[in-house]
Amino acid sequence: MSKLEGAVWKFGDNIDTDLIIAARYLNTSDPYKLAEHVMEDADPEFAGKVKKGDIIVAGKNFGSGSSREHAPIALKYAGVSAVIAPTFARIFYRNSFNMGLPIFELEEGDEIEEGSKLSIDMDSGSIENLSNGKSYKFKPIPEFMQNLITAGGLMSYAKERVENE
Amino acid sequence: MGLTITEKIFSEHAGKEVKAGDIVEVPIDMVIGNDITTPISIRAFRESGAKKLANPDGFSIVLDHFIPAKDIASANQAKISREFAWEQDMKNFFDEKDMGIEHALLPEKGLISPGDVVIGADSHTCTHGALGAFATGMGSTDLAYAMVTGGNWFKVPETIKVIFSGKLQEHVTGKDLILELIRQIGVDGALYQALEFTGDTIATLDMDSRFSLCNMAIEAGAKSGIIAVDDITREFLNSKNLARKPKEFYSDPDAKYVQTIEIDVENLEPVIAYPHLPSNGHSLSKAVEDQIRVDQVFIGSCTNGRLSDIEVASKIVKGKKVARHTRLIVTPATQKILEEATEKGFVKDLIDAGAVVSNPTCGACLGGYMGILADDEVAISTTNRNFVGRMGARSSKIYLSNSAVAAASAIAGKIARP
Repeated sequence: MSKLEGAVWKFGDNIDTDLIIAARYLNTSDPYKLAEHVMEDADPEFAGKVKKGDIIVAGKNFGSGSSREHAPIALKYAGVSAVIAPTFARIFYRNSFNMGLPIFELEEGDEIEEGSKLSIDMDSGSIENLSNGKSYKFKPIPEFMQNLITAGGLMSYAKERVENE
Repeated sequence: MGLTITEKIFSEHAGKEVKAGDIVEVPIDMVIGNDITTPISIRAFRESGAKKLANPDGFSIVLDHFIPAKDIASANQAKISREFAWEQDMKNFFDEKDMGIEHALLPEKGLISPGDVVIGADSHTCTHGALGAFATGMGSTDLAYAMVTGGNWFKVPETIKVIFSGKLQEHVTGKDLILELIRQIGVDGALYQALEFTGDTIATLDMDSRFSLCNMAIEAGAKSGIIAVDDITREFLNSKNLARKPKEFYSDPDAKYVQTIEIDVENLEPVIAYPHLPSNGHSLSKAVEDQIRVDQVFIGSCTNGRLSDIEVASKIVKGKKVARHTRLIVTPATQKILEEATEKGFVKDLIDAGAVVSNPTCGACLGGYMGILADDEVAISTTNRNFVGRMGARSSKIYLSNSAVAAASAIAGKIARP
């Protein structure tokens, strides 16, 4: 895996999936249409401001609420390269891995200021704040999930099954 | 060391003894999709090269969120599921003819049995734990994986045992038990864990209340909520033509729990969750004192759209009128509930009082359609989430309650005691 670099957008605790993508936009699964409304009820201007590669640093329990995979899809297609939070809601955590949105558990996210530039090294498990030189270690990704990523994601296992039939 | 009911269900499915923390791949008895989450699953299913569902009888699609279609995009989205269902000749496909909110409809149809492992691309799939099954919400890709393979992977969850004790007062329901628990432990108080509900209060709780209780386990961040089978469960199941033979599991007396929470509910009042989190619970007395004027009252959803909800609401509004500045929307959770509520005269009493009674749909609960809140409007709702913008405008406010409180509030035009 590689490095991710981007500028930080800060959000608070319990950012739920209704805030990430409101249900009024779930009449489509077109990722680019979803991205147009990403985080709209948390910050109506966010979709217009976010740039490719930007990183969200949020409070605890990010992604709580509904199981809509539209949430990590909207973030990913809006250009968000990663989400950092102390904890993630379970379904969102699993969905993010399944659709390839990198997410990292980090307790000290509140020290990171909006607009800072971060560099995330997924191999060494470290996050460097390029704006002030501070670095952090994110909580290791569980081994089982790591294997899943290495294999190319959950559906690559499914494809293997289909091919072996 | 003994096992919890959840560990036993997973052990039975894995064919070996497994414990909390173990990662297992197990077959799934029922996989549930709906009109908004299944199209992404169908796309992934096709991309995998699969042609047939691994377990056709163990897969269901329920068109419930935006159906009857609220707009062209929703119609096109539903069409993807319809075409897939016909192509696969799906037995468990529920469209408008037979519609209902998935978590009310499937138990009604006998499609969930005790001891099942159930997943659904809908977070409120945990509702089915009320039947002594393990049930959890997942995303569309996980659903696709189950469509292709018939199973999925799980980390067997640790369990929090919640013991409710004491006799409930009138108009205090399963909804109030879960709102009280979430008030105590917070919206992430059970993150990744199973909530096992037990105690003498549960022993007398009817199935509708048990479904409400398990339904909102996710609102505490839990993976699942579960209630072991007893005579009340058996009576509910007796009238059904069950898809699978029930398997009753019970936690061992020496099962390991990560935490035990005891809640004495003898003096519990109805709980009102204030905006904007389900954990923001206050007593009904406080809410009445706060004089909270409501523009809209909504009674329905997978939490509280069952027959007993419609019944209590109709009895409270019978012979009275909904306050002039207030709207009352009642959405029975399934066609069967609507039919029974009509036969018993509940629908007439509601309409006479000034309510609008709709077809079954998830619509209003998630701000989809059929009851969207305008800017700055206030609603009291029997649904499960009062997040910012959940039922409409970003500036609107939602108070969550049980159905009796909601109905009384519609008459009073403000949050009121039934």
